[in-house]
Amino acid sequence: MRTLALLASLAALPATAAEVWVTNEKDDTISVIDTATMEVTRTIPTGERPRGITFSKDFSRVYICASDSDTVQVMDPNTGEILHDLPSGEDPEQFVLAPDDIHLYIANEDDAVTTVVNTQTRQVVAQINVGIEPEGMAISPDGRTAITTSETTNMAHWIDTATNSIKANTLVDSRPRHAEFTGDGRQLWVSSEIGGTISVFNAEDQTPIGKIRFEIKGVNADLVQPVGFRFTPDGKTAFVALGPSNHVAVVNAETLEVESYILVGRRVWHMAFSPDATQLFTTNGVSGDVTVIDVASRTALKSIKVGRFPWGVAVRP
Amino acid sequence: MRLLPRARRAAATGLLALLGAVLGANAALAELPVAITYLRAEVDRPPVLSNLDPVPDDLGIAGARVALADTQTTGSFLGHAYTLSVVSVPPGEDVLAAATAVLQSSRLVLIDAPTDTTLAIADLAQARDALLFNVASGAARLRSADCRANLLHTAPEDAARADALMQVLVARQWTDLVMLTGPNPADRDWAETLRASATKFGLTIRAEQAWTFDTDLRESTMEEIPRFTQGLPDHDVLLVADATDDFGRYVEHHTWLPRPVAGSDGMVPTAWSPVIEAWGAVQLQNRFRQAAARPMQGQDYAAWTAIRAIGEAVTRSNTADPASLRAYLLADGFQMDGFKGRGLSFRAWNGQMRQPIAVANARALISLAPLAGFLHQRNEMDTLGMDAPESACTAFGG
Repeated sequence: MRTLALLASLAALPATAAEVWVTNEKDDTISVIDTATMEVTRTIPTGERPRGITFSKDFSRVYICASDSDTVQVMDPNTGEILHDLPSGEDPEQFVLAPDDIHLYIANEDDAVTTVVNTQTRQVVAQINVGIEPEGMAISPDGRTAITTSETTNMAHWIDTATNSIKANTLVDSRPRHAEFTGDGRQLWVSSEIGGTISVFNAEDQTPIGKIRFEIKGVNADLVQPVGFRFTPDGKTAFVALGPSNHVAVVNAETLEVESYILVGRRVWHMAFSPDATQLFTTNGVSGDVTVIDVASRTALKSIKVGRFPWGVAVRP
Repeated sequence: MRLLPRARRAAATGLLALLGAVLGANAALAELPVAITYLRAEVDRPPVLSNLDPVPDDLGIAGARVALADTQTTGSFLGHAYTLSVVSVPPGEDVLAAATAVLQSSRLVLIDAPTDTTLAIADLAQARDALLFNVASGAARLRSADCRANLLHTAPEDAARADALMQVLVARQWTDLVMLTGPNPADRDWAETLRASATKFGLTIRAEQAWTFDTDLRESTMEEIPRFTQGLPDHDVLLVADATDDFGRYVEHHTWLPRPVAGSDGMVPTAWSPVIEAWGAVQLQNRFRQAAARPMQGQDYAAWTAIRAIGEAVTRSNTADPASLRAYLLADGFQMDGFKGRGLSFRAWNGQMRQPIAVANARALISLAPLAGFLHQRNEMDTLGMDAPESACTAFGG
C-alpha cells in the first residue's frame, strides 16, 4: 500500500523541479519546498508576520507583505537577501502585481486603504479609501481594473487604474477574503468566508452572474468557509480552499458547479500551482503544513511540514 | 437625562467624515438617514475589594461607537447616513421618561439597563413599532415568558455562557465540581444558572459554600482561603459565582486542594475577551483599543454586534424601517460576521443572537464553544443557552 502511494507520488512529480515559497505568519519566515524532493530545503527569515507573497514576472524578485513591520520587502530569491523595503502603507496583508510588472496594489488591512506602489521608483503612487479591513486584491489581465475586497464592509471595490479612483462598489456576502479575474478577464470571482459563497460577476458591467455554494457531508455548514482560490490555466476549473472545513473544492468554472472535495490539512488558506499546473500546493494554517494535490486525479498526495501558520504561497520554476 | 459630550463630539466628527466621503465618492446618492440611540440606565454598583479593574464609564458605549464607524464606512459607499446618540440616565432619574423621549426621534435603540427596566422600556406604547436591542441583560426570562417581539438580544443569555463553560469541563473530563457563591442576588442568580447548566451536561456539583468573609482579605488570603476551602469534598474544578467581580480573584492559587477555578474567575465564559485573536479578531481588538484606550469587553461586543446587525440589514435591504429590518434579521439565511469564526444569526423564536462563546483565562483563549462533539439538529450554536422547546416565548409567533 505504502509502495503504491509512493509510486503514485513519484509518477506525479513534474519533469522539472520548481520551488514553492510559503510564508509562515507566526514564525516570520519563508519555507522553500523543492518540488523534486517535496522537502523544505531552505527557511528564510522575513519581516514580522509575513502573509502575501508574489514573484516578479522574471522571478528575479520576490515581494513579501511583512504585515506587522508595515512594509513590503523585496528579496533576491537566490540569496534570500532583503534588497530593500517598499513603502506599503500600514499593515499590508495582500497585494497583486500589475501586468506591467511595475505597480503593486496593496491592501492595508488596519487602515481601510489600498496603496499603489511603483516598485521601480519605490514611491507611493496613490492611496485609495476603501472599506473596513481590505484584504483580497486582484487585477484584470488588461491591467485596467484593480479590485480590493473589504472584510467588514462586505464589498468588492472596483478601482480604475488609470485614475486610481473607485468606479464601482458591489456588495458580496459576509467577510470577503479573496478575488480573482478569470484568465480571459470576463469574470470576477470573490470568495466570502462567513457567507460561505463565491460571487461571480460580469467584469464588464459589474452585474452578478451567479453564486457558488459548498456543502460537505459531515461538516457543519457554517464551518465551510471559502477563502483562497485559483483557476487552472485552461480556465475550466477552479480550486477553492474551504478554511476550517479542511477541504478544497473543485469547481467547474463554466457551470459553476462543485465537482468534488479534497481533504487537506487544517484551516486551508491559500494555494498555488506548479509551473506545469499538474500539482497544487495548499497552505494549511492550523496544522502548519502544505498539502500537495495531484490536479489530474484531484487527490491529495502528501503533506509537507512547514513553519507556524503558513499563509501565502507562490511558485517559481 | 444628559447627552454625553464625548458622544456628541464623536457623532459630529463621524457625520462630517461621512458627508465628505459621500460627496467625494458619489455626490448623486440620496441619503437614507439611520438614527440609532444607545440608551443607558446607570446603576449604582456595589463596592468591590479590588480597585484593579473598575467598570469602564463607557462600557458598551465604546463598542457601539466602533461599530458605528465600521458601519458608516459601508454607508458612505451606499448613501446610508448612520448616526449614534448616547443617552445615559443617572441612577434615580426617570428612565422611562427618557426612553419615551428617545423613541420620538430614534426607532432603533440599544438598551443597556437592568432586566426590569429593559422590559418596561420594551412595553412603552412608543416602543411598539421600534426595534430594540438588549445589550446588557443575560436574564433567561427576557428570552422566555417575558420575551417581547420588539426586543432582540445581542447580549448572550447567562445560561449560554454557563453552557459554554460546562462544555469545556466535559471535554476535559473534569466532572466533579464544588461551588463558592457570593452574597449578592446577582451571585445567587449566576450560581443557579451554573447549577442548571451542570445538570444539563451531566456534571456533579458535590458541595456548595457561601462566601461569608466581610473583611478586607487582600493581605490574608494565604491564611484564610485554604482553611475556608479545606472542608470541601474532593473535586476537579472549583466554581466561583461572583457576578460583581468582588472576591473571585482571590480564590485561585489559595485553595486547599490544587484545583482550577472557573466561573467568575479563572476559566471565564464570555461573549468577548481581549485574548481572542484568531478569526480576524485582532483587527477589531486594534480598532477598539485605538478608539477607547482600553481592552474590549463582553458588553462592548454586544453593542458592537447590535449596530453591525442594524448596518447589515440596512445595507442589504436599503431601508431604515424597523419592521423591515427586524424581518431581515430574523429571516432564515441571515448571517453576519462577528470575528468568532462562525456566522452570527438570530433565533427566530425569541430574538436571541446566536453566537460562539469564548471560555478564556486572563492570558489566552481556552476554547470557543460550541465545542466539537456537541451536536444540534439545527445549528451547533443552539447547544448554548435556552433552546426553542424550553422557551415559553410566544411573541415571535412560536
